[in-house]
Amino acid sequence: MANKAIVGRKVGMTQVWDADNKVVPVTMVEVAPCRVVQVKRPETDGYSALQVTYGRQDPARLTKPKLGHFDAAGVEPGRRLVELRLDDVSDYQVGQELKVDLLESGELVDVTAVSKGKGFAGVMKRHGFSGQPASHGAHKVHRKPGAVGACATPSRVFKGQRLPGRMGGSRVTTLNLSVVEVDPERDLLLVKGSVPGPRGGLVLIRDAVKGGK
Amino acid sequence: MKPTDVVEKANLRDDTPEFAAGDTVKVHVRVVEGSRERVQVFQGVVIARRGSGVSESFTVRKVSFGVGVERTFPLHSPVIAKIEVATRGDVRRAKLYYLRDRIGKAAKVKEKRD
Repeated sequence: MANKAIVGRKVGMTQVWDADNKVVPVTMVEVAPCRVVQVKRPETDGYSALQVTYGRQDPARLTKPKLGHFDAAGVEPGRRLVELRLDDVSDYQVGQELKVDLLESGELVDVTAVSKGKGFAGVMKRHGFSGQPASHGAHKVHRKPGAVGACATPSRVFKGQRLPGRMGGSRVTTLNLSVVEVDPERDLLLVKGSVPGPRGGLVLIRDAVKGGK
Repeated sequence: MKPTDVVEKANLRDDTPEFAAGDTVKVHVRVVEGSRERVQVFQGVVIARRGSGVSESFTVRKVSFGVGVERTFPLHSPVIAKIEVATRGDVRRAKLYYLRDRIGKAAKVKEKRD
């Protein structure tokens, strides 16, 4: 599991020039400073994680249980509560502030977010099927899946058969994206390549768990 | 203003001259050979400009030893040392792809007269 993690908001994509004057496509992530609300330890909670919040929230908009949770921690109420699973949380304290300077450029990170919802999608879009011919007698079947199984044996469709259905809107992690730039002044992070989810969406960034090669 | 502009601005160059499709330009390109760096000039007609912001690019076409050569440069690329406008062209299109099908005198762009 990860050693460090932070919460951000996807801003959008752009490009920058690298040392070899080549174009590097980057995703801009705004990483507002976040505050630790609760430290979950294996002894007390059965697993280790940090519960953090970010931004500011009017206390009148919160329910009493939530307000009590913030009050007990002595942390100013934030927009959301997000849990970051980490290997070792013994160095963290409640009320501690996490900032983007946690990460450095060149480092590999994993980015987790909820992907853009595609609605009810067919097999070509959802599973990359080839579809069927445009002509040569094909009639109204151009994007259909075709056969889904055999006949009297087994006289059923096997479980796991790829079919149309809801696509997107699921939690997706992109592994091993490299950090291009960290800007602690403007709380910005530039990550090479694309990041799941819509602009403005919440993203979780952690150091790469499979990155060591 | 786009929210990504704060990063883009630092990657833009402000020394590019004004030019459009039809103009003949000299593009001074930095070429790295091993550890040495020298400047190569690519001269030709601008046949297209596309995009905006940091991703804007332009295409230059020239005919070299009877073979048409086209190079597309990112406008804000640090590879470009300098862009010089040699002549202004008088054209009625933004994209001059029709020049690809013409040879000799027919492939010439009229010069702009003020």
